[in-house]
Amino acid sequence: MTDEPQISLRGVTHAYMTDDGPLPVLRDLNITVQKGAFTAVVGPSGCGKSTLTRLIAGLMFPDEGEVRLGGKLVKSPRSTVGMAFQNPVLLEWRSILRNVLLPLEIVANDLSQSQREDRARELLALVGLEGFEEKKPSELSGGMRQRASLCRALVHRPEVLILDEPFGALDAFTREDLWQIMHELRHEEEFTCLLITHDLRESVFLADEVVVLSGRPATTQEVLKVTLGKDRVLDDLYTPEATDMLAHLRHQIQIAQGRGEELAA
Amino acid sequence: MNILRKAAIPIIAIIVFVLFWEWLVWVNGWPNYKMASPSDLGPAFWKFRWLFLQYGWETLWRTVAGLMLAIVFGTLIGMIMGFSRTARDGLYPLLVGFNAIPKATVVPVIALMFVGAHDMNTILIAFLISFFPIAVSISIGLSTLEPEYRDILRSLGASKFTIFRKIALPKTLPEFFGALKVAVTLAFIGTNLMEIVEPHGKGLGHLFDSGKISADYPLMFAVLIALAVLGIFLYYVVVYLEKIFAGWAERAET
Repeated sequence: MTDEPQISLRGVTHAYMTDDGPLPVLRDLNITVQKGAFTAVVGPSGCGKSTLTRLIAGLMFPDEGEVRLGGKLVKSPRSTVGMAFQNPVLLEWRSILRNVLLPLEIVANDLSQSQREDRARELLALVGLEGFEEKKPSELSGGMRQRASLCRALVHRPEVLILDEPFGALDAFTREDLWQIMHELRHEEEFTCLLITHDLRESVFLADEVVVLSGRPATTQEVLKVTLGKDRVLDDLYTPEATDMLAHLRHQIQIAQGRGEELAA
Repeated sequence: MNILRKAAIPIIAIIVFVLFWEWLVWVNGWPNYKMASPSDLGPAFWKFRWLFLQYGWETLWRTVAGLMLAIVFGTLIGMIMGFSRTARDGLYPLLVGFNAIPKATVVPVIALMFVGAHDMNTILIAFLISFFPIAVSISIGLSTLEPEYRDILRSLGASKFTIFRKIALPKTLPEFFGALKVAVTLAFIGTNLMEIVEPHGKGLGHLFDSGKISADYPLMFAVLIALAVLGIFLYYVVVYLEKIFAGWAERAET
C-alpha cells in the first residue's frame, strides 16, 4: 500500500446537465500526487478546477473514471480530507478558536476537549494568530481570516489538504505572507496538498509539481516539475530558473486558452 | 453617561411628541370627540384602570400565543421551502395568495368555523397574519446559504441535520429576528381585528368598541395608546432576545 499515490485520478470524465444538454467539464483527466507532495493545478478560468476539488473531496462523483485517495476508491466524503476555499467561510457567531475546533466536533476522535483546544491553539500560533483566539472573525483582516481557515482545514490532521484558490481574494502582499505561512505549515504538518490556483507565481513558489489543465473540457495538458529547492524564499521567484518556468507555464496557459476559443467557435 | 443618553433620547422624543399633540388640540380648539388631547387620557386610564389591566392582559397573552404558533409553523414552512426547490416553487404562490387576502375578511370565516371558541379564534388570526414574514425569511436565509458553508462540514461526512444545527440555523438567526420584529406588530393587528370585528367581550379591542358605543372618545384614544405601549413592550422583548441570540451579527460602531 505504501507505494500507492495519495491522490490519484484516472480517466476522470464529467459533465454537468444543463438546459442545453450535457456540458462536459472534464475529459479523461489524469492527476497523481504522491504522499507528502504538493501539487498545484492551473488552467484557464472556467475549466472545471473547482469540479476537480469536489470530486476529490467526495462531494461529487465522476461520470467516468475513478478517484482514489490512498489507493481507496472515493465513494463518499471522508474525514481524512481538509478543505479551504477562496471565501474563508468562518462562522461569524463563533470565536476564531471555536471556528478552528469545528471539524473536531464532526470527526470522531478520542481527544479530550483540552487536547482539542491545545491542538487548535498550536496551529493558530503557527500561522501567527496567537492572541486572536477569542476574537470574532469580523474583527480580523481578510488575510487573518484566511489563516484561520487554513487552521480549520488542518486541525483534524487530514491526510489530504484541498485548497481551492484560497489566496485569490487577497492583496498581493498579504498573499505573499500566506505563501510563506503555507511553507511553514508544510514544514510542521504532514499532509498531501492539491492547490487550485490561477496565479502562476503562486504555483511555482508553493508546489513540487504544476499541472496545467486545458480549456473546457479539461484534460491534463502539461505537468511541470518545479526545480526550486525545498526551502524557498520569495527572491527565488526572481531567479532565471523560476522565470523560465513561469514563461513556460504562461505559454502553456495560452495554448489552453487558444484551444478553448477554438471549441467556442 | 452612555446609558443615560441612550434612555434620555427616546424619553425626550416622547415628551416632545405629547407636548406637540396637546398644543395641536389646544390651538385648533378641537373638541375631544374630534381629537382627544393627552390631558384627557389620564382620567380615562384612571377611570377604567382595572379594565385596562384585565383586557390588556387578554390582548397580550393571545398575541404572544399567536406569535409562538407563527414562529413554530413559519420556521417549519421556511425550512421546507429553504431546503427543497420543488417545495419552494410549489408553496410560494399559495403563501403569497393567502397573505394577500385581507385578514379582516377571514375573521368572520374563522368566527363561523369555530363558534364560541373566542380565545382560539383570536390566537388563530394573530397567527395567520404574522407567520408569512417568518416563513419567507427562514426560507431565504436557508436557500441563500453559500455552498462552501455546507461543504466544510459535508466534506467531513457530517449529516444534513448536523449541518443544519451547526451552520444553517445560527446563520439564519439574524434574518429570523428581523422578520420577528415585523411579525410581532402584525400579531397585534390580528388580535385586535378579531376583538373588534367579532366582539366577544375580551381584550382591548372590546374596550375600544365599548368606548365607541358609549361615545367615550378619550377612552378610545386611551386604548390606542395602551396598544402602542404593549406593542413597544413586545418589540423590545424581541430586540432583547435578538441581542442574546444573534448579537454577533451586529457590527461595532465605527
